[in-house]
Amino acid sequence: MLINEFLLLGAALFCIGVYGVIARKNAVLVLMSIELILNSVNINLLAFSLRHGDVAGQTFALYIIAVAAAEVGVGLGLVLLIYRNRRSIALDELSQMKG
Amino acid sequence: MWFLEHAWLIPLIPAIAFFGIIFFGKKLPKGGSEIALIAMVAALVIAGGTAKQWIDHTNAPAAEHAAEVVEGETAPAADNVLAVEEDGAVAAAAVEGAGAAVEGEGHHVEAIDHTWTWWESGALSFTIGSHIDGLAVMLLLLVTFISTLVLLYSTEYVRGDRRFTHFFASLVLFSSGMLAMVLAPDMSQLILGWEIMGLCSFMLIGHWWEETANSKAALKAFFTVRTGDIGLLVGTAMLLGIFKTLDISKINEMAAAGEFESRTVLTWAAVALFIAAIGKSGQFPLHTWLPDAMAGPTPVSSLLHSSTMVVAGVFLVARLYPVFHVGLQINLLGQHFNLIAVIGGITILIAAGLAFVQNDIKKVLAYSTVSQLGYMMMGLGVGAWVPAVFHIFTHAFFKCCLFLCAGSVSHTASHHSFDMKKDMGGLARKMPVTFGTWMVSTAALCGVPFFSGFFSKDEIIDSADHNGYKVFFIIGLIGAFMTTAYMTRATYLTFFGKARGGAAHFLGEHGDAHADVHADAHGAVHVDVHADVHGHDDHHAPAHHSKPLPFAPSDSPWQLTTPLLILGVLAVASGYLNAAPFKLHYFERWIESSIGLPFGQESVSAVPEAPTFEWIKALPSIGLVALGFVISLGLSKAVFSEKASPIKGLTQRIKPLGWAHNFLVNKYYLDHLYEKVIVRGITGPISSAAYWVNQNVLDGIVNGAGKGGRRTGELVYKYVDQGLVDGIVNGSGSTARGTGGALQPMQSGKVNQYGALLFSAAAIGALVLVIVNS
Repeated sequence: MLINEFLLLGAALFCIGVYGVIARKNAVLVLMSIELILNSVNINLLAFSLRHGDVAGQTFALYIIAVAAAEVGVGLGLVLLIYRNRRSIALDELSQMKG
Repeated sequence: MWFLEHAWLIPLIPAIAFFGIIFFGKKLPKGGSEIALIAMVAALVIAGGTAKQWIDHTNAPAAEHAAEVVEGETAPAADNVLAVEEDGAVAAAAVEGAGAAVEGEGHHVEAIDHTWTWWESGALSFTIGSHIDGLAVMLLLLVTFISTLVLLYSTEYVRGDRRFTHFFASLVLFSSGMLAMVLAPDMSQLILGWEIMGLCSFMLIGHWWEETANSKAALKAFFTVRTGDIGLLVGTAMLLGIFKTLDISKINEMAAAGEFESRTVLTWAAVALFIAAIGKSGQFPLHTWLPDAMAGPTPVSSLLHSSTMVVAGVFLVARLYPVFHVGLQINLLGQHFNLIAVIGGITILIAAGLAFVQNDIKKVLAYSTVSQLGYMMMGLGVGAWVPAVFHIFTHAFFKCCLFLCAGSVSHTASHHSFDMKKDMGGLARKMPVTFGTWMVSTAALCGVPFFSGFFSKDEIIDSADHNGYKVFFIIGLIGAFMTTAYMTRATYLTFFGKARGGAAHFLGEHGDAHADVHADAHGAVHVDVHADVHGHDDHHAPAHHSKPLPFAPSDSPWQLTTPLLILGVLAVASGYLNAAPFKLHYFERWIESSIGLPFGQESVSAVPEAPTFEWIKALPSIGLVALGFVISLGLSKAVFSEKASPIKGLTQRIKPLGWAHNFLVNKYYLDHLYEKVIVRGITGPISSAAYWVNQNVLDGIVNGAGKGGRRTGELVYKYVDQGLVDGIVNGSGSTARGTGGALQPMQSGKVNQYGALLFSAAAIGALVLVIVNS
């Protein structure tokens, strides 16, 4: 079974995603990185579903894909509004919420 | 057999060409049009090979099949040495059987499947591949052939367009979608091709989207067709539920053999699928998108909205014919109406009516297309499968030719205008090729004897009578009359009478200037010859040379006229593949195995045999065609020429006529019905109901709760709040303030930092989890 390879791939994707979220300034790239993280989770779910011979993991993965699509919709909507207001989507300039 | 096995290449080549054009087209010297042409010609060659081998295949099996029967029967008999007498008897029976098989003219030609399963889940599998039978081969050849001609035509027609490359990419993708649908062995591939076509149609109608009208037309086409497409999805799901498979040939077999639980469910599946066909093929009541789709460039109108894409709906019905035939009980003894025939019949009449009041030449042709699609549907509805499919075949050639003629006129003569009343007239003299091919195709469309439309359309009308559908026989005849009448009107406005607007400029300002050109061209011919005809002297003959010449010396450039000539010839010739009056039935023999039903009399599990042709039966329609021509010519001359005539302005003077005219001009108010009544009617009540609920129910509850709450609140405030709670709150407040102050720097407002905090917290959590569990 290739389960280790699956898990390694998932971990690698997760790390790339985390790096993207922390290090990128472009809001769209951050959203993309979040997608990577979600999909790394999907790969884990699929890998374990394969190992246990149970379709529940696959079902969850499908749900996650659907929810992720909705999430990206909301996220991009936010980015679009930010862009309209500020003509920029650089995240480091967005610190009005500073307490 | 190579071509039959590799027919899947036909849609694949244009699909690859699409990506080639998108990625590399702009860098090529001809903007990607060369890739498109090469790919379509390749597809055409393969389709031609497939057709050739299919014809051999349909002729061969009669003999092969017979040979198999003989072998199979005689081999065991030969073993049985003792029963010598019986041996002879069996052999004789086998020979008889073989004879019957030969007489059957290959009714049982096997389709050739070549499939690849790309998804399997339990008993359900989705395949992609090629299903070759007569119907598929016919449409493959038709689509590749017409696509090739239209691509050639487009190289000139959209030359210099800002989205030249994208135009060719979309056209090629469209062809690929249609070819994939035609080859579909499986409902999923059919839906795939169907949707690709819908998308390309949208892209191509809105090709010049800078104008609002064009993008609106594109959206309208897309949404109207989508409305029908819901039917396709629902119908496919129902078929899957009934037959537990998506394989089209299996569905057809089981439907024909009656292997289903409930006829009612099958009927509803057929109705759902037919709704899809209504949307795609522009049948009443969803026909409104097709004329608006003329906003696209003319090659698009010609390829998509007349000859190929719009027959997809008819193709769907023809492909799943057993489902419709059994589900809707077509040809049941004593049945006079069924859904398909009624919708087809209504479409014929209302579309032909609308064609009378259009000023845009392409819209006349668009309504004519809708009307002819009505004929095809009606043919399928009365059990005339072969004539209906044959009408798809012949209609494609002459309608494509008519559209390309209209494009040629607008491109060369009328300053890119399509308005017959403003910018055309008198063009017959200057554009011989366009005019000639137009006349031939018009004759074919009207069903003038010995042109192709006659052999297909008359066969549909004749079958309606023969199969006991009297009403549709009469509708067919009236339709033939109206077709001739509106085409005569359009021809008169475009090619005869006095030149107007753009056409007048093209012909050289004065309607009579052509006489000079003519004389110049022949040199020796003196203008005097023409002078007595036109009643003018040659005083401006020398002046003509200094005049700026019109755009083209005579007709359109060769890229436009070559397709016209080829299609014009085919508009006549294609009819002779299945000309009943001459006992020519090639087409029928090649294609009839695709029906999926046996031939027989008046039952839902067999289609009736075609009626035998007699000239006497064709007389009413020929007479009506002639009558339509005469009446319409007379009216056109009276109304559209300059001479005063009592008929002129009749619609202004007599009120009921004026109302009828308005009713037609407003397209039976169907667009109003859809946009103003249905769309608003559905959204209006919902929003007002929601408002009422909001105001009365919700506000009542909220207000009541509010009032009660307020009274309690006052009491609580006085005693509990002020005394007890405030003390606690103030105490906790000052504590929180202290902690908040300490944590304040963390609220930096920077998203990345929040992310880092989140993940480090998660990492610490994970670490704790690992340590605790180990």
